[in-house]
Amino acid sequence: MSKVPATLFDKVWDSHVVRKIEDGPDVFFIDRHFIHEVTSPVAFLGLENRGLKVMFSERTFATADHNTPTINQHLPVQDPLSANQLKALETNSAKYGISHWGLGNPKNGIVHVVGPENGITLPGMTIVCGDSHTSTHGAFGAIAFGIGTSEVEMVLSSQCIMQPKPKKMRINVNGQLGKGITPKDVVLYIISRLTAAGATGYFVEYAGEVFRNMSMEGRMTVCNMSIEMGARGGMIAPDDTTFAYIKGREKAPKGEAWDKALAYWKTLKTDEGATFDVEYTYEAADIEPMITYGTNPGMGMGITQHIPAAQAAGGSKASYEKSLDYMGFHENDSMLGKKVDYVFIGSCTNGRIEDFRAFASIVKGRKKADHITAWIVPGSHIVEQQIREEGILDILTAAGFQLRQPGCSACLAMNDDKIPAGKYAVSTSNRNFEGRQGPGARTMLASPLVAAAAAVTGVVTDPRELIA
Amino acid sequence: MAYDKFTILKSSAVPMPIENVDTDQIIPARFLKATERKGFGDNLFRDWRYNGDNTPKQDFVLNNPLYTGKILVGGKNFGSGSSREHAAWAIYDYGFRCVVSSFFADIFKGNALNVGILPVTVSPAFLDKIFTAIEADPKAELVVDLPAQTITIAATGEQESFDINSYKKHNLTNGFDDIDYLQAMKGEIQEFASKSMY
Repeated sequence: MSKVPATLFDKVWDSHVVRKIEDGPDVFFIDRHFIHEVTSPVAFLGLENRGLKVMFSERTFATADHNTPTINQHLPVQDPLSANQLKALETNSAKYGISHWGLGNPKNGIVHVVGPENGITLPGMTIVCGDSHTSTHGAFGAIAFGIGTSEVEMVLSSQCIMQPKPKKMRINVNGQLGKGITPKDVVLYIISRLTAAGATGYFVEYAGEVFRNMSMEGRMTVCNMSIEMGARGGMIAPDDTTFAYIKGREKAPKGEAWDKALAYWKTLKTDEGATFDVEYTYEAADIEPMITYGTNPGMGMGITQHIPAAQAAGGSKASYEKSLDYMGFHENDSMLGKKVDYVFIGSCTNGRIEDFRAFASIVKGRKKADHITAWIVPGSHIVEQQIREEGILDILTAAGFQLRQPGCSACLAMNDDKIPAGKYAVSTSNRNFEGRQGPGARTMLASPLVAAAAAVTGVVTDPRELIA
Repeated sequence: MAYDKFTILKSSAVPMPIENVDTDQIIPARFLKATERKGFGDNLFRDWRYNGDNTPKQDFVLNNPLYTGKILVGGKNFGSGSSREHAAWAIYDYGFRCVVSSFFADIFKGNALNVGILPVTVSPAFLDKIFTAIEADPKAELVVDLPAQTITIAATGEQESFDINSYKKHNLTNGFDDIDYLQAMKGEIQEFASKSMY
């Protein structure tokens, strides 16, 4: 008897359902749980109030990232509220026996950077965290998504959450990416086509030549932003690129366990004939360096294009105008040549070594524009170390840039890294919402190459003009 | 976290006809630094509600005394963005028990249900009718009947049904939550975990 063809998503989801509730959610088992200082304290308080214990402390990993400073991390944290949250994470982790990589720990960094780089994230796993960019881990063929604090409490106390199974979407991108086109451009392009709500209710599988040829860092960038089109998560079938990335990492399986895991991981792909609820296909040749012009990530365009008119953009005209007003932009404006005040490279979207290599490739032999303030923030201490070892720091320093210490930083501006009101930032992060990078801050999302081009020219610039 | 049971809610509503109201607007990240769940309502829609000097922005709907009630009516794709449950806490803490929109972001919707807020998804046409009714009379009442799964504009009697799965409906009407459910099946979970390869 032949088996019914299944998608990668079905295979991983169905193998983690503990119980199906009729006309209700699935009781869904979680293999790995990441926690950080902002969305976990109230969950621990909930445990206390109910007198509950942590069921499997070895399945949860804690790291401090959201409100940590990115300079002088050896000094006490100045903001008493941030310090209090960091202390709570440390105390709660110690109390319940949870592994904790706090500020100053050599393993510390952004949760979605440190999970993969330490081999905690593996194919076929279910992974959650009280952070919507948990979708990042889908790059390994895991089902990974963000949860609320009530669900953090559920995972701590029962290693399960209650989730209705999402619908399935496949997004294919065929062909070869052109010069200067990065994974960030691919995902910003997809979101600009589907809109910020276009994948709500779905779980995405990314497929096609572009993703097969992409590095793990690039795949993480793409899966990271799945939530920005409303999808709970996105995933890519694991392959030799995935296995090579994982092999030898600290918490990855070794020896016989590796062989056994590898045999299983090789089955994690969508069977021929399996069906999706919806499928989209794009051509790599149509993608150019992308930049956003509005206040949601769906408001993106090719860098050589003009800001679309409200009618062409879809949605309500009033909301569209509110968005452009906030940005100080107008319909039909060219983005090229617009003045930039701040450049931010970092975050769980573009805070990995490959991103800093890309940034350095453009600034090498050039100088930071005088009026630009640049925040260069590695995703983890391990990334920071790589930046030093590969000579990238020397390139940055020679060009007039300074390297900061790891953390979420200006992506959500919970710490002091806030873009001032009215100022324009080209940012490699994931959200251009009003005030996301500081009250009144105006964000243009882009790739590390576009960020680097803006950093050295001081204006929005097509990076292809600066690539030899 | 315990919340009030939800059965039938009759209330005037606060209109917010803006699309893509994201959780950074509902509660900006700089207000997420508490280690307890209280006081978030004070910072609900902080940057739309207050100027930089903390004076109220007069043109924002929450600062308009004409509009009050336990129901918030938002535009399409309400609650997009971050997973912060603080957004739902802020809405609940402010005094809302129900949010109506033509489309909700997934994580927000789940968080709302988990904290005792009923997200009601209506058709775009019915959403327009609600906005029109409130425009005509800021005190116009809506009746949200969870057992019957209907929402009604009281003045006109116009009504639409909404979806909710029977598990969540049962929880909301009885004030139960998922943690109660999961605690009752720990044995089954333990057995499942023992077979896990990770």
